[in-house]
Amino acid sequence: MTLYGTTLLAVCHLLGILFGELLGRALGVQANVGGVGIAMLLLISARLYGHRRGWLDAKSEEGVHYWAALYIPVVVAMAMQQNVLKALSGGPMALLAAIATVAAGAGCVAFINRREPVSPSGQAPN
Amino acid sequence: MESLLQKLAVENGLVLAFAVVGLVVLLSGAISRHLTFGRIQGSAIAILLGLVLAYVGGRMTGGSKGLADLTCFGGLALMGGNMLRDFAIVATAFEVQPAEARRAGWIGATALLIGTFLPFVIGVAVAYAFGYRDAVSLTTIGAGAVTYIVGPVTGTAIGASSEVITLAIAIGVFKAILVMVTTPMLAGFMRLGTPRSAMVFGGLAGTVSGVSAGLAATDRKLVPYGALVATFHTGLGCLLCPSLLYLVIRALFPAHA
Repeated sequence: MTLYGTTLLAVCHLLGILFGELLGRALGVQANVGGVGIAMLLLISARLYGHRRGWLDAKSEEGVHYWAALYIPVVVAMAMQQNVLKALSGGPMALLAAIATVAAGAGCVAFINRREPVSPSGQAPN
Repeated sequence: MESLLQKLAVENGLVLAFAVVGLVVLLSGAISRHLTFGRIQGSAIAILLGLVLAYVGGRMTGGSKGLADLTCFGGLALMGGNMLRDFAIVATAFEVQPAEARRAGWIGATALLIGTFLPFVIGVAVAYAFGYRDAVSLTTIGAGAVTYIVGPVTGTAIGASSEVITLAIAIGVFKAILVMVTTPMLAGFMRLGTPRSAMVFGGLAGTVSGVSAGLAATDRKLVPYGALVATFHTGLGCLLCPSLLYLVIRALFPAHA
């Protein structure tokens, strides 16, 4: 049933956020430490495990794929509620700090990625 | 009639949001195909349009949630809020090839660390250039350059003034928006194309919203890899900025008292 996939997704999401909160508390941080990342790792593991055991069928997977497909619309909705005014209110200093940070970051990404070894299987990057 | 429509919109907020966003995405796809001949991705245009609408909404209401502050578009706050955004990000993990993710794990973690220190140092330098000399303000502004959540969390923890915290949030939000807009333009320069490159990007660019929108506008296949790393960014920043990095800055800029 399709809902089973969504249930699996929801359970992984909640457990991940919970672990992230607990990790944050353990480290004494007022924030969720990697909850979403942990949830993703849980879901990846659940998928591998479910396939091996045979309890995850294509119908259930649809319940996850639907939400993954909603990703871009959700991101567009997120863009629609960014506090653009606030960003502009920071004045030249906010502008300069943000541009310098993004430029330096992009430079670093370019530097590291230009050193990416050709994958051993010889397959072209997608 | 007007009050009837208003009532309909308010009581069906989320459903209306699905319809509005769908139309914006549809329109963006048409602009992409017919005006740019496919050179600019439809999702990049949709995100840009979304930001413009957010600006318009902000101007109209003076609120902090862009278009979602208009009563009739309140459903957007739910659809594009953290809960559904994270839910959709987690769902994309279904597409991750575990072998690819594992192979790039260490480089992703390295990128994550650089992605915390580098923005912090730049933020502190800019704050210094603009005349800030006290460790608390310098640290808070540096933290704002990491992500817009790390800034206020750090500022609150170490007791920064509300103006400095506001400034730190502004820097973080600006950075997120800049990442959303410039990622598709810089994708070639950054060699974004493989899962590994996306993980490096996710670690260095930080800000889940910036990375998720930036990669969505560049190549949807790369989203889960970038997000997997980026979601640790805020946590790591909140861990390091008010503690280790604050101590370093305080040692460098001791109080005059």
